[in-house]
Amino acid sequence: MGRTSGRDLAVGCFVLMGLAAIAYLSVSIGGLGNGGPTGLTLVANFDEIGGLKPRAAVVVSGVKVGQVESITLGEDYRARVTLNVDPKLALPVDSTASIMTSGVLGDRYVSLQLGGETETLANGDVIDFTESAVVLERVLGKIVHNLGSGSGGGNDAKDDEPKEGAE
Amino acid sequence: MITAVARLGGLVVAGLEDMGRLAVFTGRVAAALVLPPARLRAFVDEVYKLGVLSLVIIGVSGFAVGMVLGLQGYNTLVRFGATNSLGAVVGLSLIRELGPVLTALLATGRAGSATAAEIGTMVATEQLDGLRMMAVDPVHLVVMPRAAAMVVVMPLLTALFVVMGLAGGYVVGVHLMGVDAGAYMGSLENAVDFRDDVLGCGLKAVVFGVLVGLVATFRGYTSAPTSAGVSTATTTTVVVASVSILIVDYFITALWGV
Amino acid sequence: MADAPHVHMRHVRMAFGGRVVFGDLSCAFERGRVSVVLGGSGSGKSTMLKLIAGLVRPVAGDVLVDGEDVTRLGERALGRVRRKLGMMFQGGALLDSLSVFDNLAFPLHEHRALAEPAIGEAVHRRLRDVGLEGVDALLPGQLSGGMTKRVALARALMMDPVILLCDEPFSGLDPISQRRVEDLLLRVNREQQITMIVVSHHIPSTVRMADHVVLLLPERAVEGSPEALLESEDAHVRAFMREEDVTTDAALEVHP
Repeated sequence: MGRTSGRDLAVGCFVLMGLAAIAYLSVSIGGLGNGGPTGLTLVANFDEIGGLKPRAAVVVSGVKVGQVESITLGEDYRARVTLNVDPKLALPVDSTASIMTSGVLGDRYVSLQLGGETETLANGDVIDFTESAVVLERVLGKIVHNLGSGSGGGNDAKDDEPKEGAE
Repeated sequence: MITAVARLGGLVVAGLEDMGRLAVFTGRVAAALVLPPARLRAFVDEVYKLGVLSLVIIGVSGFAVGMVLGLQGYNTLVRFGATNSLGAVVGLSLIRELGPVLTALLATGRAGSATAAEIGTMVATEQLDGLRMMAVDPVHLVVMPRAAAMVVVMPLLTALFVVMGLAGGYVVGVHLMGVDAGAYMGSLENAVDFRDDVLGCGLKAVVFGVLVGLVATFRGYTSAPTSAGVSTATTTTVVVASVSILIVDYFITALWGV
Repeated sequence: MADAPHVHMRHVRMAFGGRVVFGDLSCAFERGRVSVVLGGSGSGKSTMLKLIAGLVRPVAGDVLVDGEDVTRLGERALGRVRRKLGMMFQGGALLDSLSVFDNLAFPLHEHRALAEPAIGEAVHRRLRDVGLEGVDALLPGQLSGGMTKRVALARALMMDPVILLCDEPFSGLDPISQRRVEDLLLRVNREQQITMIVVSHHIPSTVRMADHVVLLLPERAVEGSPEALLESEDAHVRAFMREEDVTTDAALEVHP
């Protein structure tokens, strides 16, 4: 009978270990309990989302607080991004949502900067202030364009400064 | 030429008959689940034999697989300067595919073949007939606890395999290859979603558990009552269960939709 | 009903694959008697026991056990009939993961709601009946051939059956153990009035213990008392009973 109680103990430990592993994977890694139906849903409209995808992180001060739930084309042909964040967040109504890149070639994510107002965003509110994604090709295009007009007879941006200085 | 076709046709028919018998058998096992007595002692014994005794192989294999993923992942990501995503690569590979599939294959080889051999031996030594003579349903006493234990054990073993794999990847990535620990864990947590990834993994583990549990007990139960019969039952279990796991894996992956 | 045979096989036809084991077998086993089924290897002796126990079904014919036709019953009803039967398998068929005590206690746990002390008492009583005390804790793998047979007999008797089926109870035993088992079976029959159907190929013990013999020859079955068969006018029967020119099949008598 000692044989069976030793077994029972081993089985109990095994089951506990397995359940702990499942819990770790679900909650800590998988983010069970973050967002979801009990989360705070916010909407932000962007001119350009770059490569932002659903389930991308939503970040405040570098800490992940939720994820992008969906991205659709709004009636004004801007990108309508729905965010699902931690319901405990108190975000002022003049907060800004910006699309950032982690690393030069990394993934896109949404970063929220807090505003100064006392009134906070409620479930379903729209974030008024947004900064679209910086698209690399456009930046490069601009630089090339500027370089081109510079060697042709001074570039527009550089010409402005001496003129302003002169005045 | 004709005989070859006829033989092929015969094989197909035999295969369908076999599946029919398996379906009937599954029904009997399912019925046995809801009938008293509860057979808890047998169930716990089987969880011990199938689960606890598989811990070493699962743990070691999981860690080793994680280490390889860490290494291979790093070598590939370093070309794009994206080594900070190593955690995501290791984690998603393990949770979505390698965890459930490899755990199930290992369990088939270890626990599945042992179960088939055990039941097959009981057939050969007339123990199952002995049970029938004592008006005890062999499916209820012998088969049902083993199949049920396999279904319960599989998700637990899979979770442990994945956790060991993540640890293996971490050791190689962070301690060996110098990836930032925060970046590893951060990309891992960002990339893995409970609903899409962890739940899908759990579903696969349960389905594989059912598959292996039924195939192993069925093959043992229907084995010829000779030592050659037991041997055939064991090898058939491993082959059929392994192939089924891989095929079913595709369908679950496709249907679960990511 | 008391005069009707306890077990009655009527026009039973049995075949495995293409091989016919019995073409048209009819025989009756009387209540309280010791009947021995004799025959060479492959004559279908063990199959007969399995038919009576409902473990296999015949191609045609009826098998009546205590008035009920077991060929027509489903598993649940068969369970009911089997509770009246006890079967001693050739290899013992003990559950090899359980101790001798647990093996004997098993049918009681399954079918009777007895308290532990009562079960222990019943188990020890049966072990005493078969002359095996102190083997409680042993596993079946640790028992000798003779001990295995006796434990198997004890287990078959645990549920107080009215019919005892024995498949080759003497096979693999030395002469002393054989004699012991034989005496045990006779004593059980006498004391408890249990109908016994014993499958055997051992002539001397048959002659000593059987009230009634069924001899399965390749084409037919011959019934009668052992003495009648020994003096039979049929040459085949006489030859078998006197262990001369053993079988007419190609198969030799193989002692396990």
